[in-house]
Amino acid sequence: MTCEHMSCSYGGAPVIEGVDLTIRQGEFVGIVGPSGSGKTTLLRAMLGSVKPVHGSVTRQAGLRLAYVPQVETVDWNFPVTVGEVVGMSRPQRLMRPKSARSELTLIEDVLERLGLGGLVQRHIRELSGGQQQRVFLARALIQKPDMLILDEPTAGVDVRTRHEVLHVLADLNESPPHGDGIAIVLTTHDLNGLASHLPRLVCFNRTVVADGSPAEVLQPYFLERTYGAPMEVLQHGGMPIVLEQGGDELRNRLNRGTAS
Amino acid sequence: MIIAVDLLKPFSYEFFRNGLIIATLAGALCGLIGVFVVLRGMSYIGHGLSHAVFGGAALAAVLNLNYFIGAGFWGLASGLMIGRVSRKRIIGADAAIGVITTASFAMGLALQARFGQAKRSIDAVLFGNVLGVFTSDILAVAGVGILSAVVIVGLYRKLLFATFDPEVAGVSGVSVPAMEAVLMVLLSATILVTVRVIGVLLISALLVLPAVTARLMTNSFGRMLWLSPVLGAIFGGVGMYISWYADVPSGAVIILAGTLVFIAAYSAVGVRRRAQLAGINHH
Repeated sequence: MTCEHMSCSYGGAPVIEGVDLTIRQGEFVGIVGPSGSGKTTLLRAMLGSVKPVHGSVTRQAGLRLAYVPQVETVDWNFPVTVGEVVGMSRPQRLMRPKSARSELTLIEDVLERLGLGGLVQRHIRELSGGQQQRVFLARALIQKPDMLILDEPTAGVDVRTRHEVLHVLADLNESPPHGDGIAIVLTTHDLNGLASHLPRLVCFNRTVVADGSPAEVLQPYFLERTYGAPMEVLQHGGMPIVLEQGGDELRNRLNRGTAS
Repeated sequence: MIIAVDLLKPFSYEFFRNGLIIATLAGALCGLIGVFVVLRGMSYIGHGLSHAVFGGAALAAVLNLNYFIGAGFWGLASGLMIGRVSRKRIIGADAAIGVITTASFAMGLALQARFGQAKRSIDAVLFGNVLGVFTSDILAVAGVGILSAVVIVGLYRKLLFATFDPEVAGVSGVSVPAMEAVLMVLLSATILVTVRVIGVLLISALLVLPAVTARLMTNSFGRMLWLSPVLGAIFGGVGMYISWYADVPSGAVIILAGTLVFIAAYSAVGVRRRAQLAGINHH
């Protein structure tokens, strides 16, 4: 998939401008940037739900895309079971909404693979955070995609759940026969817990600021251009760790407040 | 024996039998469409459309047009106009409903005041008249019911996907605007054929009550989709039967019967949740 000089808007000024980005088969790409930087619009343009006002998005013929939205946007009170969520993305037989035996097996297999076996009849609200995220992943996977696009898959989850989600995604991305070789594109705010672990990272703020490995991209210069605030980068065990500058001053102020 | 005969007495009147059939069918139809009305947060649209239909019905009565043509055209046009205005996002959907449908309702009231000869048929739309139904009314409710059931079963997964997660449905190949239009047409048709039974002022309650009660009883969309029409049919049939003995307008009794069941279900769910919480605390 290639975005060339792509700009998108919702009727007013462009939300993203002059984006050049190519995602190749089997890649695992993270997109980082501040809130309101146009990350979700970029994903929507890649999915085809937002049309570019300038430039283009070119998808390889027959490319199957699947999307996993932010779980924070889900209505958890909606009366829907795990099985119904996964099955809703499958085509329906003529006048027969219920799944055939073969389809039920397929749904159970996907759920089993993601560690959700036996939960097909559960309501989505009855699951843990990690299980909820994996249900929507299962709905995407049952469409047998070539490319999986995820909007902040680890937003609002604890460390253990983030770890679980990352491992599932790594398995899906791994080349056959061990994995599925699915290309993965995700957005995240989590620079240290997620972004620094990915093979390719794109710093994004209305356009591509930097594109490369975490070691190349997580540099103070690019981070300041992306986030508009100075940041410090340390190395720990060969991994970059991003620190906000001014953290000491903030800590001192908070400690003074507690002491007084 | 005397009691049994007395309980069966209303069934000896044809107008009551017709009334019971149409109240049961109208309850089932409103229960079916009400699932989408409740889950999509369209209750106010249902309320507004019924008022818009009143304007069309009044115009049809004054012009001596067939009710279904006049009110149907008016209701559908109002529904599509609401959709169009709210999609522009300059004003919200609730404001669009407020302007378009209350204007239509006001026109109906003005026509009712100005042209007294049409007053009786307009009153039937306003308050409902289940005992004055014709065979054509029963056939209309049954026809829309069958059409709705066929469309909902045929488009089940697309309607579910577009209702639960419209953004992902859109990128997964489901035409969300088409599904919204289908639901709007079904809702308009439902209100059109049932409003003379229940009345403009109570129809939105019959759209909402069976669905919210069913929601309390199940966590599955599939089960809610059959449970809600069953509850609606029970509310309609039982309410109609009680209204005979209570000597109270049937529309009001139907809604009150539904409200009582809703309160019972709500209380039962509260007890169950409290029991579950107690169980969690115990462990």
